[in-house]
Amino acid sequence: MTKPEHRDIGFTLNGEEIRFSGTGTERLLDVLRYRLGLPGTKEGCGEGECGACTVHLDGVPVNSCLILVGQVRNRRVDTVESVAPEALVELHTSGATQCGACTPGVVMTARFVIDHPGLLERASVRQLMAGNLCRCTGYDGIIEGIAEALRQEETSP
Amino acid sequence: MTMLFPSDLEEACEMLAASDGKAVPLAGGTDLLVHWPQRFEDHGRTFLDLSQLAELRAIRWSDSALILGGGVTYWQTLGDRAVCDAFPLLEKAGRQVGAVQIQARGTWAGNIVNASPAADGVPVLMAYDAVVELVSTQGEEEIPLSEFYLGYKQMRRRPNQLVRAVRLPRRRHDVEVFEKIGPRRAQAITKLGFAATHSAAGWRVVANSMAPTVCRCRTLEGMLEHGSPIRRPEDLMPAIRQDVSPIDDIRSTAQYRQKVFSRTLFHALFSDEK
Ligand SMILES: Cc1cc2nc3c(=O)[nH]c(=O)nc-3n(C[C@H](O)[C@H](O)[C@H](O)COP(=O)(O)OP(=O)(O)OC[C@H]3O[C@@H](n4cnc5c(N)ncnc54)[C@H](O)[C@@H]3O)c2cc1C
Ligand code: FES
Ligand code: FES
Repeated sequence: MTKPEHRDIGFTLNGEEIRFSGTGTERLLDVLRYRLGLPGTKEGCGEGECGACTVHLDGVPVNSCLILVGQVRNRRVDTVESVAPEALVELHTSGATQCGACTPGVVMTARFVIDHPGLLERASVRQLMAGNLCRCTGYDGIIEGIAEALRQEETSP
Repeated sequence: MTMLFPSDLEEACEMLAASDGKAVPLAGGTDLLVHWPQRFEDHGRTFLDLSQLAELRAIRWSDSALILGGGVTYWQTLGDRAVCDAFPLLEKAGRQVGAVQIQARGTWAGNIVNASPAADGVPVLMAYDAVVELVSTQGEEEIPLSEFYLGYKQMRRRPNQLVRAVRLPRRRHDVEVFEKIGPRRAQAITKLGFAATHSAAGWRVVANSMAPTVCRCRTLEGMLEHGSPIRRPEDLMPAIRQDVSPIDDIRSTAQYRQKVFSRTLFHALFSDEK
């Protein structure tokens, strides 16, 4: 059981079926960036604290630095590359981005919150965003951008 | 390095037995995979992926208990109104484990088997008298969570056993509190914490980060049971000294931990200005 075993690993990435051969023990983060050519997902800490590596797994935000790619076989992964640019307008205008290192991860968690406003009955936007650290903005711009996007969703039919 | 993908729990047990207990069960990976690229000593190991086993992901109810499968995540319990209503401390503690990304992957069973004295899930499970259901190719075994730990990172689970479920008896509680004291509100490792409950089964007071393992505080429970007069936080100190043995470490000091434990417990249970 010491010899690395290669096998076929398949999952749905941004709506497309992906297949490749490997041991399954590479981090999802590294597979996205270095094997599949999607560098939008960033590495900050590599320990689950900063959220720069956030992707959606079956629609829920997770840290791709703490997942081995074998664990997502047959599941759905969506990265920041799948987010339409117009989905970010409120975050642009509220000052949610300065250096941008945290932004891909912030966008992924923010989209999740905006798409599931029911979550706000039990937790605040700030609580839901606590897994995305930002060294620049002081967070107010991020929180305000999300609040604005939520207001827009509410008023649009 | 290799990964094993069992298709059901039975096969997972067989794979674990075939590896002579050497394969490492992998659930959410939020303990095991931290700094993965630098964990050279682990790279040669075989991982047994439990994260897709439907049997382990199930939340079930029996007449007498809530049965959380051994792969149930915090996020699953937070999204289950019946669970949060019947066991509010699961919600209270679950929301304070890391943040959404960690809650979505981290499991209650992983928290138990990781055996950190600072675990936040373990104290609430223990305060609800949880029973750990273990399974292997050799059969099943049940161990009350309060008797599960033998010492720092030592437990009664054998390497060939998997946590199949965590069972919580259904009871009416008239006291349920959980406190986590950390350096900041979110994403912080606990300096000290506790869960306390009261039901017809009596008092349970469970402390974390106060001893080599999360543990029940039997002297405190006895004091509460007998209704000993407690007028100030200091009145709890002799019992606390009996029950726990905190240390000085990078996160806090023994003195701070005992003092703040006495005050937060007093405040939670006896103070009028709750
Ligand atoms: C950023 C961050 C913040 C965190 N914050 C907190 C916090 O606030 N409070 C807290 O308590 N913890 C915290 N943790 C630790 C961790 O998230 C929890 O301990 C979590 O419950 C671990 O579950 P897991 O499924 O990810 O475990 P894994 O990492 O997959 O496994 C942990 C251990 O359990 C074993 N295991 C898992 N499932 C089984 C099973 N069914 N049968 C047998 N063995 C099993 C594994 O072999 C391993 O030894 C944090 C971690 C990170 C990275
Ligand atoms: S890189 Fe994954 S959480 Fe920081
Ligand atoms: S904008 Fe620089 S870290 Fe957030």
